[in-house]
Amino acid sequence: MSLKHLLVVGLGALSASAAAQDHSNHGTHTPATADTPYQMQGSGAGHHDPMFLFLQADRLETQFHDGEETLVWDTNAWYGGDLNKLWIKSEGELSLSGGEFEEAEVQALWSHAISTYFDLQTGLRYDIAGKDRVHAAFGVMGLAPYWFEVDAMAYVSDKGDITATVELEYELLLTQRLILQPRAELAFSAQHVPDAGLGKGLTGLDTGIRLRYEIIREFAPYVGIEWQKRFGATADMMRRDGEDPNRMVLVAGIRAWF
Amino acid sequence: MINRRHFLIGASQVGLMTALGASLPAWARSSADGNMGITTLEGRDFNLTIDRFPVTIDGRRGRAVGVNGTLPAPLLRFREGEDVTLRVTNRLKEDTSIHWHGLLLPFEMDGVPGVTFDGIKPGETFTYHFPVRQSGTYWYHSHSGLQEQDGLYGPLVIDPAGADPVAYDREYVLVLSDWTFEGGDRVFAKLKKVSDTYNMGQRTLGDFFRDVSDNGLDATLRDRREWGEMRMSPRDISDTSAMTYEFLINGHTTGDNWNGVFKAGEKVRLRIINASAMTIFNVRMPDLPMTVVAADGLNVQPLETDEFQMGVAETYDVIIEPKEDRAYAFVAESIDRSGQAVATFGPRPGMRAEAPALRKIPTLTMKDMGMDHGAMGHGNMGGMDHSTMDHSQMNHATMDHGQMDHSTMDHSKMGHAQPDEGQMDHAAMGHAPAAKPLKTGPGVDNIATMPVSRLHEPGLGLEDVPHRTLRYSQLRSLDPIPDRRQPERELDLHLTGNMERYMWSFDGIKYTEVKGPIIFKEGERLRLHLTNDTMMSHPIHLHGMFFELNNEGGDHRPRKHTVIVKPGEKLSFDVTADALGNWAFHCHLLYHMHAGMMRVVQVQPRNPGEVDHSTMDHSKMDHSKMGHNNMNHGEHNQ
Repeated sequence: MSLKHLLVVGLGALSASAAAQDHSNHGTHTPATADTPYQMQGSGAGHHDPMFLFLQADRLETQFHDGEETLVWDTNAWYGGDLNKLWIKSEGELSLSGGEFEEAEVQALWSHAISTYFDLQTGLRYDIAGKDRVHAAFGVMGLAPYWFEVDAMAYVSDKGDITATVELEYELLLTQRLILQPRAELAFSAQHVPDAGLGKGLTGLDTGIRLRYEIIREFAPYVGIEWQKRFGATADMMRRDGEDPNRMVLVAGIRAWF
Repeated sequence: MINRRHFLIGASQVGLMTALGASLPAWARSSADGNMGITTLEGRDFNLTIDRFPVTIDGRRGRAVGVNGTLPAPLLRFREGEDVTLRVTNRLKEDTSIHWHGLLLPFEMDGVPGVTFDGIKPGETFTYHFPVRQSGTYWYHSHSGLQEQDGLYGPLVIDPAGADPVAYDREYVLVLSDWTFEGGDRVFAKLKKVSDTYNMGQRTLGDFFRDVSDNGLDATLRDRREWGEMRMSPRDISDTSAMTYEFLINGHTTGDNWNGVFKAGEKVRLRIINASAMTIFNVRMPDLPMTVVAADGLNVQPLETDEFQMGVAETYDVIIEPKEDRAYAFVAESIDRSGQAVATFGPRPGMRAEAPALRKIPTLTMKDMGMDHGAMGHGNMGGMDHSTMDHSQMNHATMDHGQMDHSTMDHSKMGHAQPDEGQMDHAAMGHAPAAKPLKTGPGVDNIATMPVSRLHEPGLGLEDVPHRTLRYSQLRSLDPIPDRRQPERELDLHLTGNMERYMWSFDGIKYTEVKGPIIFKEGERLRLHLTNDTMMSHPIHLHGMFFELNNEGGDHRPRKHTVIVKPGEKLSFDVTADALGNWAFHCHLLYHMHAGMMRVVQVQPRNPGEVDHSTMDHSKMDHSKMGHNNMNHGEHNQ
């Protein structure tokens, strides 16, 4: 797999509308006529809320472990207004030594604001690496009390397998620009899925801490450390494949948005 | 000291350039000797052209949208009693408009696209024509899109038909504004995507340790827990900051040092206009008292002070009397203390006053959340700087500190987007059932459960300054108010928003979702109650009509067009619906208005016999019979 291919996968979904500009539609106005001066809009009905395009590389990093390097991406894009957005999320891993995708997925989700701080997200997830799989996806994304960013999704695959992930992020400001970000990602499976390498129950926990410096708000390089643990049957399957279910990796990457 | 830009602009002006000369009126005398002032156009007939043009701000080149190639736009000088004609030509590729801020005129001339006219299309010329019915300091700006951020604003001064009750030897117009090289559209987009993007004053780990040291670990953790539960920041003072803004006085940064000269002993009138898109300014002149003589264009009883906070779109006229042979700084500091613009007044051109250091950013308290249960939390909330609190303004007699157990108080239960809290304000307080509960949901992140009057407080963050500050409660109109009737009808309006989603609205309903205008009946005397449910100060502006701010000033209540509603505050003003037509009514923070914090007030002709209130639309909330004044807010102090 070439890097070019990776970019196509990781950011391809985003690029569809990448040429689009933020725009504000100020609406059409009903002309005033001398006869009906009080019949004008006056209600905002002629105005439309502006729509925006957001592109984000939440994590775009290289993970270093035992002389091996893995490129990891966690990228998002949305297009929409205050209450309804189309979200595209893509995550994956590319072994730089092996040149192979270890994981790669892309999700297209309709995101609807359901409360002050949370959106309900429903849509499809497509796994690209390994066995091609399509999942129905649904979950919530938002800001929990104490400023925890939450992304909790459940998936039902086309084979009927049920899995779920919960991501939590927190930001601790050392200064206005130097920010420490603890992060945890939990993965669950409701059943054994041998061809996906998943056992039943809690399958994995990635927890780490990243220190970024926001040169500008939209661009921040970071370094960090992450502990990646697999559990139970999931760990057993990894061991059979000669992989270590408990890894400590160093990470270096960039966080960027537009 | 005359920089190249102004020189070129001056040379290209079509209008009358003011010149030096003792024979000229006081306002015209000062513009050359050291004053890198604003181009002035005077008379009854004006040609204004709106276009894009290059500007140099603090040595950096950018592109502005504005009038006749100047930033700010030319000073327009009218005379009370005359008719003026202004031909505004649009050379942009987009629609534009000019709104005459604070002017009483036929609504078709008010210049709000979609509300009072169709806007000015590219290539078109729109002719504004109206009689000038007032005098004082006003301004004008675009009401289209975000052009106001990009430079389309200018001062407007109307000389009185008769004698001016304010005596002065010399005057200067000072236009305060905020400039961004990013452009308004980009700033708005960034706020919608990452709403705290410009906040450079968040509390850090260092602040945590400082608070632990000052207040103890328990109090600090409790404070952090309270704010954390609410998902709000006590440093959410301003959406925008010096991170993107250059703060300007007459188009000049501190580095550019706008310069005004005076002769020692002269009375100098400063006509100060906050023409910012988003920046509320604290204005002061260290070592020099200022006597406020006009607010929002209208004369007030002279009041000496040392500092005042200016909401976006407010204007204040002050008299200064510098007596020493030295340079004085004129300081406009942004409310979040992220930056300032400093100009110099001195006896000779080219002087530079010392710019004071920026002061510490204020930290909000539960009072700013509208949750101050009788000044709750003194001594219990870590992170609260007691030195910043003005205890002299608090009525301790009504507080029962001893009974409050703050440690068990659950702020998450206090109405964050919980519909029942919205009803509390209405249902539990004896309003008629017709009053709809406040809409909650994604667009509303807080409802002030205990809003209080804060007119007697200075602007946010000025509680602890070691000098006099102006409070709205002090303002008294010089002339008695023209309509001394009691209000026939009362309306309630909540200022609402969700900072995280960057949604702003009235009553939880964005402008784009509003079904119709707020109806006023011709000649009607109304009282509007504004409750600020958000954590930010909102300068609320009504087009077309002055309102009397209910500050216990009786027949000399100040008449204003814009009033800052502080966080957690409830205030009211009275207005006489004497101007038929459609009038915009909105928060003058540009991005708040753009996001939806706007309504249209429609003053309808009163049909004969139409006085029966039963025929009125209750969705417009007729609270006149509901006895607001008898509400016992004290009951909630448990």
